[in-house]
Amino acid sequence: MKSFRARILPGRMIGWALLLLPVIFSLHSKLSAQEYPYFVTYSQEMEEPGNLDLESFNVQGNPRGGNSFLGSDLEFEYGLKGWWTTEFYLDGQVTQNESAIFTGFRWENRFRPLPREHWINPVLYVEFEDTSADKTLREVVGHDANDDFLVPNWLAREDKEREIELKLILGSNVRGWNISENFIAEKNLAGDPWEFGYALGVSRPLSLIAKAHECAFCLEKFRVGAEMYGGLGDADGFGLHDTSQYLGPTMNWTSPKGVTVGFSPQFGLNNYSIPVLFRFSVSYEIEQVIDRFRRGAK
Amino acid sequence: MKRRTGTCLASLLVLGSCVLLFAGSNGAWMAEVPPKDRTRTNPYANQPDAIAAGHRIFVDHCAHCHGADADGTKKRPSLRSEHVQQEATDGDLHWLLVNGNRAKGMPSWIKLGDPEIWQVISYVKSLH
Repeated sequence: MKSFRARILPGRMIGWALLLLPVIFSLHSKLSAQEYPYFVTYSQEMEEPGNLDLESFNVQGNPRGGNSFLGSDLEFEYGLKGWWTTEFYLDGQVTQNESAIFTGFRWENRFRPLPREHWINPVLYVEFEDTSADKTLREVVGHDANDDFLVPNWLAREDKEREIELKLILGSNVRGWNISENFIAEKNLAGDPWEFGYALGVSRPLSLIAKAHECAFCLEKFRVGAEMYGGLGDADGFGLHDTSQYLGPTMNWTSPKGVTVGFSPQFGLNNYSIPVLFRFSVSYEIEQVIDRFRRGAK
Repeated sequence: MKRRTGTCLASLLVLGSCVLLFAGSNGAWMAEVPPKDRTRTNPYANQPDAIAAGHRIFVDHCAHCHGADADGTKKRPSLRSEHVQQEATDGDLHWLLVNGNRAKGMPSWIKLGDPEIWQVISYVKSLH
């Protein structure tokens, strides 16, 4: 017997998302910000102050010996200051032959300590998450492996994960290329040891020069790159031993209306990894969102 | 004696705050631009295609803060001001777009890449 939350919340989330999307996309906005096409790696980029970025990240996978799944999260990213971005996530997943469930929430804050651009720009990241049976794979840490995805949802939901996650994000922009490196440390507040992971991303727009005329499929609207990430063990055994690792190309396209669509097939590099993950995303940025409400009130 | 030292320290604090406030005011960023950046030349200056492309980038990324006509908004400065059009060189503006002025809410636009940054500068400078 599924719980009320398990039965109602996923449908409700999808319903709200479907209701919200046309409203969002009909807002008068021309922004076509080129987001980096990363799914796991964070760059040094902060959200512009006052802007709200709405994003849906999804991952589909077929773990060896288990059921196919689709993990999703809905993100609300807001630029509080030029040096401070806050983000709230709602997570859910659907597993074939099992159920569709709401898996929890995350709240993260990113701080950029250095005001100017340098060769390497650090950003500090702090996140609290309260999830169970999570399959969004927004980071891989410790000894996360294919077998974790074989646990049925009804059992996985019993395992509540309240975790603190810290990241050191390093990012560089060189001749149009973005190179980002993340070092991840995650601690389950229930008392497990610290787990570690990493993520690396590199990307570039297909063209650095904008066309003089408006066009939907100009080269500068596409950004391509590659992403690699995986676990680094835990405090009891640091290293690559018994960890899963992924690598894959990644790309996105920003429409003239400002909607950015991303896609990445990512391949497991060893037997601990899920063989292939297909990731896709949709995002949209609303500029100066509070000002819009103020103007509306007047 | 102690009182005099205290007064001196307080004065220094007030003076320091004034300096910091001045440094944080609009336009003070120009004092931070290194000479080699200030003298950089715009490879797309006065090119009609670059100005048109720069206008597109401006509409996409800048207009929501600086206004559709670059006249500025309640919170953000006009880009038609004498300060931007006369005093700031193309190199100064390039440095500002690369580094931003986060304390004032101006983000870095380094992700655009050099050519697009120069294109938007071509557009802004065409407004004088």
